[in-house]
Order: sequence, then structure tokens, then C-alpha cells
Amino acid sequence: MSAPAKTSADPAATGERRGSRRRRKTIAGNTLWFWVFVGPFVVGLLIFSYLPIIWSLVLSFFEAYNTATPSKFVGLQNYVDMLTDHNFLSSLGTFTIFAVFIVPLTFVLSLALALLVNQVKIARAFFRSVFFLPTACSYVVASLIWKLSIFNGVRFGMANTLLGWIGVEPISWLASLDPPWYWLVIVTARLWLQAGFYMILFLAALQNINPELYEAAYVDGAKPGWQVFRHITLPLLRPTSISVLLLCLIAAYQAFDEFYNLLGAVEYARPPLVYLYHLALGSQQNFGLGSAGSLILAAIIAVVTVLQGKILGFGRPSD
Amino acid sequence: MPAHVPNAGLSRRDLLKRTGGLAALAAFTAACGGNTGRPSSGGGSGGSKPNLSQWFHQYGETGTQQAALKYAKAYPDANVAVQWTPGDYDAKLASGLLSSKGPDVFEGHFNISMVKSNQVVPLDDIMADVKDDFQPGDLATNTLDGKIYGVRMIIDPQVIYYKKSLLDKAGIKPPETIDDLISAAKELTTNKVKGIFVGNDGGNVMGGPALYSSGGEYLTKDNKPGFTGDRAAQAFGKLHELYASKSILLGAPTDWWDPTAINQGLVAMQFIGMWAVPGMQKALGDDIGVIPFPKLDAQAKPAVYSGGWTQFVSAKSANVDAAKKFVKWLWIDKSEYQEDWSLNYGFHIPPRKSLAAKASKLQSGVAADTVKLTQDYGYTDNPAWTPKMGTAFTDLLTNVIKKGADPAAEITKAEKTVNGELSRLFG
Repeated sequence: MSAPAKTSADPAATGERRGSRRRRKTIAGNTLWFWVFVGPFVVGLLIFSYLPIIWSLVLSFFEAYNTATPSKFVGLQNYVDMLTDHNFLSSLGTFTIFAVFIVPLTFVLSLALALLVNQVKIARAFFRSVFFLPTACSYVVASLIWKLSIFNGVRFGMANTLLGWIGVEPISWLASLDPPWYWLVIVTARLWLQAGFYMILFLAALQNINPELYEAAYVDGAKPGWQVFRHITLPLLRPTSISVLLLCLIAAYQAFDEFYNLLGAVEYARPPLVYLYHLALGSQQNFGLGSAGSLILAAIIAVVTVLQGKILGFGRPSD
Repeated sequence: MPAHVPNAGLSRRDLLKRTGGLAALAAFTAACGGNTGRPSSGGGSGGSKPNLSQWFHQYGETGTQQAALKYAKAYPDANVAVQWTPGDYDAKLASGLLSSKGPDVFEGHFNISMVKSNQVVPLDDIMADVKDDFQPGDLATNTLDGKIYGVRMIIDPQVIYYKKSLLDKAGIKPPETIDDLISAAKELTTNKVKGIFVGNDGGNVMGGPALYSSGGEYLTKDNKPGFTGDRAAQAFGKLHELYASKSILLGAPTDWWDPTAINQGLVAMQFIGMWAVPGMQKALGDDIGVIPFPKLDAQAKPAVYSGGWTQFVSAKSANVDAAKKFVKWLWIDKSEYQEDWSLNYGFHIPPRKSLAAKASKLQSGVAADTVKLTQDYGYTDNPAWTPKMGTAFTDLLTNVIKKGADPAAEITKAEKTVNGELSRLFG
């Protein structure tokens, strides 16, 4: 009596068992593959990002001259010193001027490029690549070309040669403070390097706009050009525009290469990273102050980014 | 929301990554020693000889790197690997000295923080027998609390060289005061040629000489700021006057330490070191004269910064004794190599009096004049003057020279930083 019941129960039972074993195996397999793929990156992130962040947090509470394993605890002194250091504060001022120039300029130029490239009927791939190409160029290389060739201060520099043709005296682009021509050199270098990248972001967004919307607009009597751009294109680009502004600002905060290579660490144009580099990694080797400064800077970037996101409505669903 | 939007994930991750990288910068150079330049152990014919790594900055003159390699190869008692460093040598050296992965033997400039941070070892034992053969200033600049920490390799006086023909043509005598220098620079400026080249930063390199030529100094004997007062302010103000006279070359492809500007006829005068004399002679022949940085006025003396490079042994070296032996061999015993290094590429004054007396290349013409000026007006660095003080002083100069800021106010600012450092160092 019990036998048939047993036999009838058996297949189901074994089936269940087999199924759960298979499921368990799959889960184990998934976990294995998860770690195979993610593991190396997590390890890299831990060693090269989180550990140094924690380490510099520790360093920021110590007097650490010429050593990364200090012993003299100074509490918040490094933070106080950095926040009262007029050089650090003026480096934030330098950054602000830079951002005021570079963020809107990059935004306008990359959007304009995207609109133009999007309308081109022939050789589209060529135009896209040609504007995107500078993104692949190293900041150091570009800085050297800007410094030694284009904006060379002597009479045979490229810009000065061109100006010479219309009778203008040679200008020492990087050395002149009155007017501050070095901003022109710095800003054009970065503009050339990064506009192509943001152009690609805008281009992708433009191609995602449904053409029917434009057709509908024309049917409703909208004129092609500014009216359509203002009321259709721009609103639909909003999420991309916000991302571009955020990324641009963060990139501006991290300005280092072009300032360092074009101007060195001069007092009047030293953005935060150049100043911190000079303080911590240059000949001064003050890791305590440098760490405190970089954490203050990281905090400022985080706060500004969150605020900017809030104000511009970052992540809010587009309408 | 359309799928194309590069949304929150990207920018947040990017933000984290970048801020992480930023903080990583500060802490991680210490760990990333990379190539130490030291030969890998146990290789080839080395046998049981110790391995040493010797670091140099990049000298501009052709043949210097080959010479350094030649000396290292000729040393019988260790395998010496030479690391030649283009670019920012000071920063690379500073991070190299944080760990045992750095150099065993290196060239550099001495300052008190190297001792406070236990980066260098005293070399009194290898210097004992030859101390009297070095100039007192070159010993003092490498001495702290009675211990000698470095062996001077070369002396590099920094002066102003000028093209005699251009001054003669304009009927100008070699300037004797700063005012003379400014007016000469103005008169020598034409639409093709500028009066003087003092560096693309507008003349920061002349800050030290200007200070000393006004009777001041970086730090006084009892370690107080020595760059304060009216006369110093006046001297810095003169540098601004020179900058504002529109007679200096700015934005040149090479900087003040390279003679290209004067060689190519871009300027009539150039502030530069004696190392450039062979290069200038090749381009200009005998058409070169030399003056020290001129005095502020009749009350003071001209000034010649007597710079140079010094050899040190890293305290973190695994073979301190072998490293010291090598330094003694190369920079004390092997006089033919010291002579080669000082005279066959650029011109430098050999720090050993006995060698300098024999240096025939420095006994005629403009080189001999430069040596004489160095003897009469030379000053060397004070080891208590730290890089941080140096930065404060450079900022002072930048603000005064280029921005035309009030020298007295800038001096007060720099004085505050320097006093902070002094109280940290000496209590």
C-alpha cells in the first residue's frame, strides 16, 4: 500500500530535488562568474581608489613631511591651515574664472558642432571623426603645441606671424598679465580637446529625437530654425544638456595638465590641483596638508555637483 | 525617458572615480616606485657586487649622459645604474626618497628638511681628508649642525652675458647698477631684438641676486627673514620696472637656462649660468661679455648666485656604505672624471680648489671673467631655506614683478610663511 504511494511520489520528489540542485548549481555558477568578471575591478578599485582615499584621510590628520607613514598627530590643524591659506583660496578663485569661461563655451560650441554635423548630408563619418579626434589627443601634447608653436611669444610664433601680416606687434601670450592673454591660450586648448567629446553626446541625443515631432511642428506652422530649435530640440536635449554641464564643471575642477604645462605653477593661475600637486608631490612633499586640501576639494566638488543637479533637475524624468 | 540619455549612473560613477583618483594622487606616488634604475640583482657578470642606483637630472649639454654612464661603468666595486631624468627632477626625486626603491646616490640641492626627514646620511668620514680643498661657501651650503651631508659636484655661477658688439654700437658701457641695466635694456631694444632675456616668467630667477645686491639675504645668520626692509623692497621694485619697460623677451620657446635666445639674436643680453659659455662661444665667437647682477646703488655690491649640484647618499639605501664608497671614488678620488664633468660639456667651476686652479679652459676670456666675479661676489644657498620658503619667495616675486603689487605688502605676506616654517624647524 505504501509502495505505490512511494513510487508515485518518487519522480516528483526526485524531480524537485534535481531542479533545486540545478538551480543551486546555476546560482553558484552565476556567483562564480560574477566574481570572475567583477573581482579584478573590485580589487583594483579597493587598492587604487578606496585604500588611497582612506590613507589620505588618515594622512590629513598628521604632520606628514616627506613621509607617507607619519607619526605626529595634529588633529584638524591641516584643515585649518588649508582653509586659511590664501594661496589655496585664490586657487579656488582661479578655478572659478576658468569654469566661467570654459563651461558655457564648451556647451555652446559642442552643441553647435553637433547641430551642424547632424545636418551634414555628405561625408558624415568624416565630419564626426574630425571633430571627435582631438579627444584622443593628450593634454600634454596639445599644451606643448599650443605653447611652442601656436602661441609662441616670439615673432615667429604662429599667432604672432599671422598678426604680423596685419602689422600687430608680437604678443607674449603666456607671459602677459595685462591683458591676461594666457586665458585665451588655456581656454582654447581645452576647448579644442574636449568639445568633440561633448559633441558626440549631443549628437546621440539629437538622433534620438523623433522626427515626427518636427513634422508635427511644421504642420502647426512652426518655422524651421530658431523657433523649432527653441521649442522642440532644446527641451528634448535637456537631460543631455544637464549631463554635459555637470561633466564639464567636474572636468574643469580637475584642470591640471594644461595649466601645469603651459604656465607651471605661477601664483596668478594656479587651479586647485596644481596647487595641491605643488604642495604635496612637488618639492615641498607635505602630504598632510595635501591630503587635507584634496579632501576639502573633493567635498566641494561633491556639494556643488549635488546642488547643480538639484537646481537643473538632474535625474528628473523628462517630460 | 529616452534611452539615449547618459544618465545619473555615468556621472555619479565618474564623479566617484575621479574624486577617488584625486585623493589617490596624494598617497600613492609613495607606493608606485616603478623603475628604480637599479640593475636587477644576480644578473650577468656582477657576481657578488652590490647594486647601486644613481639619479641625475637631465643636463642640457650633449655628451653629459654618456659621460655619467661611462663613470658608472668604470666603477669596479659595484654595479651602478644611472637614471637620467628629463622633466620635473625635484618632484621625482622627492617621491623616490620616500622609500628604499629610490636612488642610493643622487644629485640635488641641500636643505634642512632632508635631514629632518632622515633622507640623507652625513658624509664627514669621506670628506675628512679633503675638506680644506673645497671653498668655504660650498661646504657651508651642505652643512647642518656641524655635519657635512653632500659632496659638491659642480659650481654654477649665474650672471648676465651680453653681446659686446651690440653694446658698442649703441655706445653703452656694461651696466654697473640696476638702473643702468634697465636703461641699457631699453636702449638695446629694437623691433627685432629685445634688450634682455631673464626667463619667460619675467625675471623670478633674478629675485635672489637682486636681494643680495641690495645688501639683503634670504635668512640672516640667526635664521630670521633677511629679505625684508626698504632696500629689499626697492630691489624687487626695480625688477618690476625692468619687466614693465617692455624691453625683456617673453614667451620664448626655451627658458633662461638655455642660450638659444641670445645665440639666435633675439636679445642683446641674457641672464644665464656659466654652463652655457661653450654653447654661446660656438654661436657668437668672442662677441660675449659678462657682468654680475648689478648693485642696487653705491651702498651695495653686485651679486652672483653660486649655484650648482651636490651628490648625496640616501639614508634609505640598502647599501649605504657601498654608496658612500662610490661617491668618494667618483667625486673625491677620480679627479680626471671631475675635470671631465666640469669642463668638457658645459662650463662649471670645479669645487675642488686644486682642480679649479688647473682648469685651463676657465683661465681665459669670458669664462675667466665669470670665475673672477664668482670669487668676488658669489653667494651660496642657506640650508635652512626650505622649498616652502622658496615658493613663498617666488610668489612674492611673481606678484611684484608681473602684477606690480606693492613690494612691502608682498614681503609681509612671504615673511609670515617663512616665520611659520622657521618656528616649525627651530621652535
